[in-house]
Amino acid sequence: VAVMAAPVESSGWFPALAIAVSLLKCLFINAYHSTDFEVHRNWLAITHSLPISRWYYENTSEWTLDYPPLFAWFEYGLSQAAVHFDRGMLVVENLNYASPATILFQRLSVVFADLVFIYAVKECCTTVREEKAAKDLLRRPCFVLAVLLLWNFGLFIVDHIHFQYNGFLFGFLLLSVARHLQARHLEGALWFSIVLNLKHINLYVAPAYGIYLLRCFCFTQDNTDGSLRWRSFSPVRLVSLGAVVLSVTAASFGPFVAMGQLPQVLSRLFPFKRGLCHAYWAPNFWALYNVLDKALSMLGVRLGLLDVAGLPKASMTGGLVQEFQHAVLPSVSPPTALLCTLLAMLPALWCVWRRPCGGRGFLRCLVQCALASFMFSWHVHEKAVLLAVLPLSILAVESRRDAGIFLMLATTGHYSLFPLLFTPAEFPIKVLLMLLFTIYSFSALRNLFSGEGSLLHPLEALYLLGLVAVEVLCEVVFPLSPWQQTLPFVPLLVTSVYCALGVSYSFVRLYVSLLTQEVTEKTKRL
Amino acid sequence: METCTLVSMSILLGVLVRWGVSFNSYSGAGKPPMFGDYEAQRHWQEVTYNLPIQEWYFNTTDNDLNYWGLDYPPLTAFHSLLCAHVAKLINPEWVKLLGSRGYESPAHKLFMRATVLAADLLVYIPAVVLYCCYLTNGSTNKKVGTLLCILLYPGLILIDYGHFQYNGLSLGLTLWGVLGLGLGWDALGSLAFSLALNYKQMELYHALPFFCYLLGKCARQGLTGRGLFSLVKIAVTVLVTFALCWLPFLSDPEQALQVLRRIFPVARGLFEDKVANAWCSLNVLIKIRSILSSDSQFYLSFAVTLLAITPSSLKLLKTPTFWQFKLALVNSSLAFFLFSYQVHEKSILLAALMLPLLLKDGLLMPYAVTSLAFLVLSTHLLSALERCTEAQLRLEGYRRLAAWLPAWLFLSQFYSSLVLMVGLSVASVALPPPAGLPDLFPVLVSTFSFLHFLGTFIYFNIVQLSTPQGKQKTL
Repeated sequence: VAVMAAPVESSGWFPALAIAVSLLKCLFINAYHSTDFEVHRNWLAITHSLPISRWYYENTSEWTLDYPPLFAWFEYGLSQAAVHFDRGMLVVENLNYASPATILFQRLSVVFADLVFIYAVKECCTTVREEKAAKDLLRRPCFVLAVLLLWNFGLFIVDHIHFQYNGFLFGFLLLSVARHLQARHLEGALWFSIVLNLKHINLYVAPAYGIYLLRCFCFTQDNTDGSLRWRSFSPVRLVSLGAVVLSVTAASFGPFVAMGQLPQVLSRLFPFKRGLCHAYWAPNFWALYNVLDKALSMLGVRLGLLDVAGLPKASMTGGLVQEFQHAVLPSVSPPTALLCTLLAMLPALWCVWRRPCGGRGFLRCLVQCALASFMFSWHVHEKAVLLAVLPLSILAVESRRDAGIFLMLATTGHYSLFPLLFTPAEFPIKVLLMLLFTIYSFSALRNLFSGEGSLLHPLEALYLLGLVAVEVLCEVVFPLSPWQQTLPFVPLLVTSVYCALGVSYSFVRLYVSLLTQEVTEKTKRL
Repeated sequence: METCTLVSMSILLGVLVRWGVSFNSYSGAGKPPMFGDYEAQRHWQEVTYNLPIQEWYFNTTDNDLNYWGLDYPPLTAFHSLLCAHVAKLINPEWVKLLGSRGYESPAHKLFMRATVLAADLLVYIPAVVLYCCYLTNGSTNKKVGTLLCILLYPGLILIDYGHFQYNGLSLGLTLWGVLGLGLGWDALGSLAFSLALNYKQMELYHALPFFCYLLGKCARQGLTGRGLFSLVKIAVTVLVTFALCWLPFLSDPEQALQVLRRIFPVARGLFEDKVANAWCSLNVLIKIRSILSSDSQFYLSFAVTLLAITPSSLKLLKTPTFWQFKLALVNSSLAFFLFSYQVHEKSILLAALMLPLLLKDGLLMPYAVTSLAFLVLSTHLLSALERCTEAQLRLEGYRRLAAWLPAWLFLSQFYSSLVLMVGLSVASVALPPPAGLPDLFPVLVSTFSFLHFLGTFIYFNIVQLSTPQGKQKTL
């Protein structure tokens, strides 16, 4: 929080925020890192030491390359710099190689890759609409947005402690969003194609892009009542859009298609052998589904309706869940999950097709798609909640209703990331950083919308306070209790289910706000 | 934004940075047989827990004074005892008599770092918050800016959470003392400062201003009547505090003498290692250490220090205002640092000077990060250099002086000093010293810093002595 003493340096606050958070990231170089660190080291080694034809076949390490080829090229680029730090990390056989130089290089690479994110945030800040220019810097929406994005808790701990390159990836995504908000659609499509080819999780939001671009870019004009003018279809635009997307995809997949390795690459990218849920259940619909199933089965056994021996012996907890059999409720398969996801996205896509409402309508649809995918997809990681939280920040600084939903989703989503940092040394970090971000987001958003009533309903506030209780229970009380040995999965279960309630609630509220907006638009027109 | 939100966020950020620095290496990590300050603190826990009080400061078979013997006053020993009790609960291996020498483990490091954080949270941080909220003038934003700058001061963070020490405790107690004096609660302030003195004898650097200010204030109130009453109250508070702290050692005069011998090692020579004070810098030109005998070195430094602090103390006696008090704190601590006996570079808590020490401890990255952050932050938060001099410099008399050069000097001097500092830092790390001068970089750093400190000392003496009688400068 850089407090400006003089309004003269009105543009100096952004670099100060960016530099401050980057320096803070450097302090945690020696903190705990997860197996994702070894994953990326392995990919550095694979891309550096092996020919392209072996990249997607290599499996000396269990962490095989499972991101699209453009990310492999990115790792290849990094490996050229890695040579100057420690050649040992580039040897494929050096499993779990983590010399100080390796750690330093990898951590710094994340910090530098975040430059893309910083640039994207700067662009997003320029698109923020300010009704009245507030004199106090702290009260300006663009400042609040910059802090909410640059100092985002989830991004910080997932990228710089747990270790991933999400900042880099979200940079491209947010840049494409900013371009769409600035009505530079082709450029936006370009950035999105790039990020799609960097990490295919962005397929979650591809429908939003597809429908919106088709509706607003390929059809150049609307009728006076806002509905689609079919005549205004522009094939030129469609072709140029297609060219952009295809050229990026060709640059990424081209070499592999040429070598006939496409099936192998796809099988690496979409490993459906993994179970419905990760070992730690992401707080989505399926977590609630699982718990309901378990509860019903226990109830059934208690009431004598079910036979204990007949129940499938699925382990809900430890390790990588391979197959998950539900006892009472129907089991879920990948196609079912996909269907549910598409059904959940459909209303949002329909809304954006019918009445786009410009760039912000698109953004809303994007958030909905991201959240819908988080709620219903197959094998979702809890980190995927960031795909919804980060774009929602842009909406949150402009509308009171969105701010309330953002507070709910962000706080719950961020809390659900706590189990990622389970070591005692990192405990103060996650608590301090979470408190810092939460206090700031509540306080800043409340200040932004100070005249318009409170942002949260008392029950919502109560729920969020309950997170503190859950935290104390799971990390302080439970480890000291006798059940620690017999039921070790309980803290994860409780966290997952409690957060799932919050996330589901935010999902529903977002939809309600989207649809009621639609209705008010209709009644205005009538 | 409301004050309490901004203040709580500043505190959270300060604690976060401290904990982040604590991930890095500590003094003497993995370096047998002596290790470093970290091992010293652990050893004191071992000694105070296992041995009876009478043996703490004496050389016995169980307590080898050559292996990090206790050389701080009794309050440090009691603090170590408290930590040792907690350590015993978690893992008795950590304080096993003679068996735990050189004990190093991630869990133990976590415990030790946590003790430093606990001390800071209980003593230092509340004092800083209260000081910034109640004893600084200006808008909320300015107060929070000052708070953030003080909390993020790299020197203290790096020494306490990197190298490993408990300076936060003694400085915090001193700050409580200043707070008490500033709010008019003289007895409580003296109580706090007496505790600080009994924690680290280094706080003697601040003792004279406290004494002169309180004496002057009582004299103002009239030495017969109210003034005398206040004087007696303060004296009784101080004496009782000292008595309580030294109680176990007062039964036998030999005990008390031994403690004094340990905390004031007069046989060790004018200075050790490269320190940015007058004697070390003088030694570059004239080899004092070899010319004078040990005793005459002691008397020389005593005389010069006394000479250096006399003007400031006399002025404070004559005009005992809070502003004068703060200036005197600066001057006194600088005078002691520059001219007194056996000064360690830690006494200045200056990051730039700490460079050789930090490199030895493997703390280069946190040093670079915290120093850069501090610079960036302070240049943004404190628009006018002059406005910050008082609040910052009062704090413990040790500052990154180049940043706070007085406004009447050319601004370019600030930037050129900064450039030189960065250059020296980079050179110390990157370049090997020339063959004939192996100590070139530490000597350059300490001489450079010494010149800055001397300049600051002179400047602040001028400021203090020239402040007119009636001027009530509040800050």
